Amino acid sequence: MAEFMTFFVAAVVIVTGGLGVIAARNPVHSALFLIQTLIGVAVLFVIQEAHFLAAVQVVVYAGAIVILFLFVIMLLGVDKAEDLGVEPIAGQKPLAAVIGAALAAGGIITVVAAVDGATGSVSAPGIGEDALDNGYTDIERIGRVLFTDYLLAFQITAALLTIAVVGAVVLTRTVKADDLLDDLEPASMDLAPLAPAGANDEDHHEPVDEPARGEVV
Amino acid sequence: MILGQDPLYAGDIWDALPVTLLKAVAAFVFLLVSVMLNIWFLRKVISDFQNRIGPNIAGPWGILQTLADGIKLFFKEDLIPDNADRFTFKLAPYLSLVPAFLTFAIVPVGGDFNGDGSRDGLVTILGKPTFLQVADPPIGILFFLAMSSLAIYGVMLAGWSSGSKYPLLGSVRASAQMVSYEAALGLAVAAVVLQSGSLSTHDMVLSQSGGLANWAIVTTGVVPFVVFFIAGTAELNHPPFDLVEAEQELVGGFHTEYSSIRFALFFLAEFMNQITISAIVVTMFLGGPHGPSLFLPDGWWVGTIWFFLKLSFFLFAFVWIRATLPRFRYDQLMDLGWKFLIPLSLFWLILLAGLRIGDGNDWGLGNYAAWFIGWFAGVALLSGLLAMAMNTARSERLAEAAEKEASRG
Repeated sequence: MAEFMTFFVAAVVIVTGGLGVIAARNPVHSALFLIQTLIGVAVLFVIQEAHFLAAVQVVVYAGAIVILFLFVIMLLGVDKAEDLGVEPIAGQKPLAAVIGAALAAGGIITVVAAVDGATGSVSAPGIGEDALDNGYTDIERIGRVLFTDYLLAFQITAALLTIAVVGAVVLTRTVKADDLLDDLEPASMDLAPLAPAGANDEDHHEPVDEPARGEVV
Repeated sequence: MILGQDPLYAGDIWDALPVTLLKAVAAFVFLLVSVMLNIWFLRKVISDFQNRIGPNIAGPWGILQTLADGIKLFFKEDLIPDNADRFTFKLAPYLSLVPAFLTFAIVPVGGDFNGDGSRDGLVTILGKPTFLQVADPPIGILFFLAMSSLAIYGVMLAGWSSGSKYPLLGSVRASAQMVSYEAALGLAVAAVVLQSGSLSTHDMVLSQSGGLANWAIVTTGVVPFVVFFIAGTAELNHPPFDLVEAEQELVGGFHTEYSSIRFALFFLAEFMNQITISAIVVTMFLGGPHGPSLFLPDGWWVGTIWFFLKLSFFLFAFVWIRATLPRFRYDQLMDLGWKFLIPLSLFWLILLAGLRIGDGNDWGLGNYAAWFIGWFAGVALLSGLLAMAMNTARSERLAEAAEKEASRG
């Protein structure tokens, strides 16, 4: 009963968040609705007793990925309501409708096929009943599976991410012409100083009556 | 069970309700009162550092100054800029405040952790055995990381929704800084988790009880403690990492456009986070409420007294740092985070894991190998820095003397 109630509340949060993402006219508001959805999903993980997944969901998705979205939105200055009447790519809207319908159909088929409605048995064949509760915590179970059965996939993903990061650095760091001249001394250093001697000394300044820091509140 | 392994929730959930409510309300009141005292403490200590008197009018020793300021802010006019995104502008202060409140829930503020650990840190409230912490979720310390990553939104959205330049710059700085330092923070946490074998804060304290040598600051070899403290300070946007609100460059940073009680809420969250991170440091590295009972009669209060003593030390340390160190430059901040703290804590985590494997295979490294390595590395680093600083000062003095000689002659 408690699980059903929690699921119901979380589902409402997730669905309204999802609708908000596509309905909001301001990209920043869309990102906020996305956070709402992600946190709702984290609650669903918790009621399935996948505590670690819930924490990772919040730390990685809500805490890092959406932050990056917001970062890009703010830095590119696209944080304004957009005119939806203009189509940047011709035929984008009908194409989006077709692909959306295909995705929705795929999702529904998966759900129907996964439960006993279609096949008569629950999904995840090959894993015994006790696989989900064999005395280990959920973190230990994830760790075991990740570092044994899926070790290759795990390492390939790690390599992929490293390559992506290195690639991004290589692509964005161009050597500027100015940097090459760094070790040459600027010619102006040889000129005689314009100011009188001692005027630019660091210990020569008037005492100022500044309000102390930390006195804000 | 989201509230964790607390024996309080073993039986009927409705029976546990009064104790749970009591603990939640007590934590809430404690946080509000301690923020009030913390701000007063900060102003008094900084005044002493700067040879001033500080607040001295409201109440004895000016102790009610924060209350007076709060009431004043409450009655000031609340301004919302024309350019502001109104809903987000109003939402942002709460987005910083709520994670600050929630994080404290996982901190064990007391409990009987002395002896051989058989008493398991239990106390009895209203006839029910329970832990002295609001919640002990299985994800434990990850809850702290999750909340600290959510707290970024408060600062980020406050800056953006103000609809003006300086707050936006401040909030972009803040989010870059907090995301960068979160990695080092997480790696330092991982080092402690490796030693305690559990994410739960209660288990962490339990694994550290039984003696000073069991405290995680010793068993993880000091380095994760230092990394966590520095990264935690940066995560708080506390000086010397307060570029977010650098007055000289950004007017006031992300809260420039805020006034009245909304402004006060940001500061409430900031000081509350300071208390929370001190409490987390105490829990993770200094054995939490663990400590000898000395001359006091043995009992659950000993743990609470020790906890608050340790907490006060860190609160003082934060004020000390704030009064002493100048602000970092932005590139220095990023260099420290990415090029120093993250590699160091990653290396240390691998070292600890290696020692751990050695322990399992009887390589005879002993439990405290990490401590010795960390201690020697720390002493070498500090003496190196000191020698460097002395050399620099010496050569500057010599140059100055030579210059004076030249100008005289």
